[in-house]
Amino acid sequence: MKRIPKIISLFLTFMKIGLFTFGGGYAMIPLIQRETVDNKKWISDEDILEIIAIAESTPGPIAINAATFIGYRVGGFWGAFAATIGVALPSFVIITAISFILAEFQSIRWIQYAFNGIRAGVLALIVKALWSMYRQSPKGIFSYIIMLGAFVATAFLPVNVIFVILICAAAGIAQGLIARRRNK
Amino acid sequence: MMIYLELFLTFFKVGLFTFGGGYAMLPMIREEVISHGWLSQSELIDFIAVSESTPGPFAVNIATFIGTRTGGLFGSLCATLGVVLPSFIVILIVARFYQKFKSSTLVTGAMTGLKPAVVGLIAAALLSLSQTVFFPSGLTTEVFTTAQLYVSLGIFAAAAVLAFKKLHPIFIILISAVAGVISGYLMAA
Repeated sequence: MKRIPKIISLFLTFMKIGLFTFGGGYAMIPLIQRETVDNKKWISDEDILEIIAIAESTPGPIAINAATFIGYRVGGFWGAFAATIGVALPSFVIITAISFILAEFQSIRWIQYAFNGIRAGVLALIVKALWSMYRQSPKGIFSYIIMLGAFVATAFLPVNVIFVILICAAAGIAQGLIARRRNK
Repeated sequence: MMIYLELFLTFFKVGLFTFGGGYAMLPMIREEVISHGWLSQSELIDFIAVSESTPGPFAVNIATFIGTRTGGLFGSLCATLGVVLPSFIVILIVARFYQKFKSSTLVTGAMTGLKPAVVGLIAAALLSLSQTVFFPSGLTTEVFTTAQLYVSLGIFAAAAVLAFKKLHPIFIILISAVAGVISGYLMAA
């Protein structure tokens, strides 16, 4: 029965992480590290880096992946369940509340003007995100072909995103296998 | 009944086929919400701003938002559950076999293909969204004479400089909002 306080603690810790990180995703990683490694000492310094690497290479939002993984390591299935619900709950409550009022706000004139400005600002944020992802991506002729191919296929051709993702993953696997055979 | 199932399945698909989180999920989310007619492009951009200014992951936020708008409280539950469930299932499996997962050539190989793919996909989404922002009424020769275009370009350029100087997104949104309000009233006057 010692597990129950731990599961409650997981839920509360991840709820705090979900509540205090604006922007989500990568913004959550430092807080997850501080809470689970430094404060709670659930996870070691080395393990957290591995967990984050895995959270990045599995499907879905990084914060959810990291929460499920850490929850599972600390408290088994119910630990994973508590951490995942905890990290998603603040979003769910806040956005549900906002959804009901957002539509009414949008008919106010100065708010429309504000959003005209905000839209241009958001584009800048996407440009910044694009640049960071370019820097994290592997370089070389193979990567550039994939980048260009994915861009052209979705920007100018009627190809859907899932199809591009599947093809590019398959190309990556094929390239890895070929590279390994050459090295033998 | 159908709308709940549709919300759940669509966001399940989004959760299952996006890698990297945050803006990496944008291309797929954009495709799904536009093709279902749940949001227009400019509503999507507005919501990105809302999501940057509220806590939590973008994918969960937008799932909740679309769910509420199209199916009320139960709709938001279905959509949010849908986007979270693939993560939950996949991670539970990976956590068990994680020594194998780490060193798998399949996983590292797939990632060498996926990382650059996400760059290309976001670039394409950015191109499409910027058409909506800069040319909201379509691309004709007349749009180049409107003050709104140059105001938007100016705000974009200033915001880009601030973003690369690592100013927090919330402040960038706030500054863009103020610039939007001031220029809006100036142009109306």
